[in-house]
Amino acid sequence: MLVNSEFKPWVIFEAGNFKPAMNFLGDFFPPKTTPDFLIEVAAATWRTVAIATAGITLALLLAVPLALLSVQALSISALAGRMGLLPRIVRQILRWIMIILRSIPELIWALIFVRVVGLGPTSGVIAIALTYGGMLGKVYAEILESGEAHTTNALLRNGSSRLQALFYGLLPQNAAELTSYTVYRWECAIRSSAVLGFVGAGGLGQMLDSSMKAFNGAEVATMLLVFMGLVWFADWVSALLRKALG
Amino acid sequence: MRNVSLHIANGEQVAIIGPSGAGKTTLLHTLACALQPSAGGLQLGDVNPWRLTAKQLKTLRGQLFLAPQVPPLPPRQRVVTAVLAGLLPHQSFWASIKSLFYPSNIALADAALTRFDLSEKLFDRVDRLSGGERQRVGLARILASKASLLLVDEPLSALDPARAEQAIKTITGFAHERGATLVCTLHHVEMALKNFPRIVGMRDGEVVFDLVAADVTPQRLHDLYAQHLDELTQAAPLAEFAQPEPFKSASCVPPAMHLR
Repeated sequence: MLVNSEFKPWVIFEAGNFKPAMNFLGDFFPPKTTPDFLIEVAAATWRTVAIATAGITLALLLAVPLALLSVQALSISALAGRMGLLPRIVRQILRWIMIILRSIPELIWALIFVRVVGLGPTSGVIAIALTYGGMLGKVYAEILESGEAHTTNALLRNGSSRLQALFYGLLPQNAAELTSYTVYRWECAIRSSAVLGFVGAGGLGQMLDSSMKAFNGAEVATMLLVFMGLVWFADWVSALLRKALG
Repeated sequence: MRNVSLHIANGEQVAIIGPSGAGKTTLLHTLACALQPSAGGLQLGDVNPWRLTAKQLKTLRGQLFLAPQVPPLPPRQRVVTAVLAGLLPHQSFWASIKSLFYPSNIALADAALTRFDLSEKLFDRVDRLSGGERQRVGLARILASKASLLLVDEPLSALDPARAEQAIKTITGFAHERGATLVCTLHHVEMALKNFPRIVGMRDGEVVFDLVAADVTPQRLHDLYAQHLDELTQAAPLAEFAQPEPFKSASCVPPAMHLR
């Protein structure tokens, strides 16, 4: 296995590699904090957050209808025994669409869209929207399925519409889980948009890429700290929202 | 279920009694169009619900109210919203969304809860209530609905005797005022005999007797509960409340249920 994976940890310690690597790592401290660099980082951070947020928003537009249409708990025909044939086919097709969307990693989507719309944040946003749309749709549907169907069924059986049953039965039961999963995915999108920066989708990732290429450890360290800060922030927002929905 | 043949007139009040597993809930669900009979027929008014289009069936479901044994209340919902959910079939989607943020008919919810001595819980969250209070909130939802056929499954299973008496009187009284038909399954035989003019006894999926309350003799009850005499002598076992509802989702009903 080691041979196949060409995993040779000892190359790190070969004279030619070891010194530059150590220099690079040694450069990490102290992180670069000159004002004009920090302004540049702040702008890139803002852009990364914007890419992630725009991507997640578009993903939601995709995921919410997909999840609601595919969730079985809101099926009226399934109330009395087996679900009808047409609804079953529709749900299956929607599930396949979500599989296709999320089976292609956002990096690949980004590479495709960089070819189509050119370098820049647009391709990053579309890439996140497509992959995350599939993921969110699937997990939303599963969260909604996993809770007790009892309250929702009771509403549907008494003649409420599907959307009424969603807002009066299904959502109050699952709102906290849905929110925390969405915020977690937003956090993932921030990380992901950094990776997408490496293929030219802009933001912190692109800056990180050029600093890496220049072996500028101090700059890389600053940017990694910013990433940690962003993830901490997402965590805090999630906790806040969960508490509010308690 | 087999050999079940019932005719229930408009405005009638019927109690279904019988030992656990007799098919009381299944019968109730069949009446509520929640289960489709695999044989035989069901007629509500002059329509066969299973011949209707999906939209007509939904309208029909809006005219009946099935109250399951375990009150269907989301834990994080406020009591007022949970009660007003009884109005949903008669509300437009936007009106019901608006009502989520500002309850549309607080007076109605308050009046319904007052009849169960719960008006002080109006703005509490459901998960702050005790089991008995939850059951009464579930029953208060019936009072908020505009249904003309009320199907109530074990409304007293989590209530103490005094509360049970009050609850059953409130439900029958409300059905009477409204002119609604009421079918109610009950574990508590004494309560059924005292409050319902007509009693249907079920055992092993069959209707054993269908009599006016005065004709239900101790001997008949003894026969009905033959293997389950303990259920006859003691009131509804409280433990039953904690068990999952047997027909939570219609898809888990064994295919062998027949209504002939």
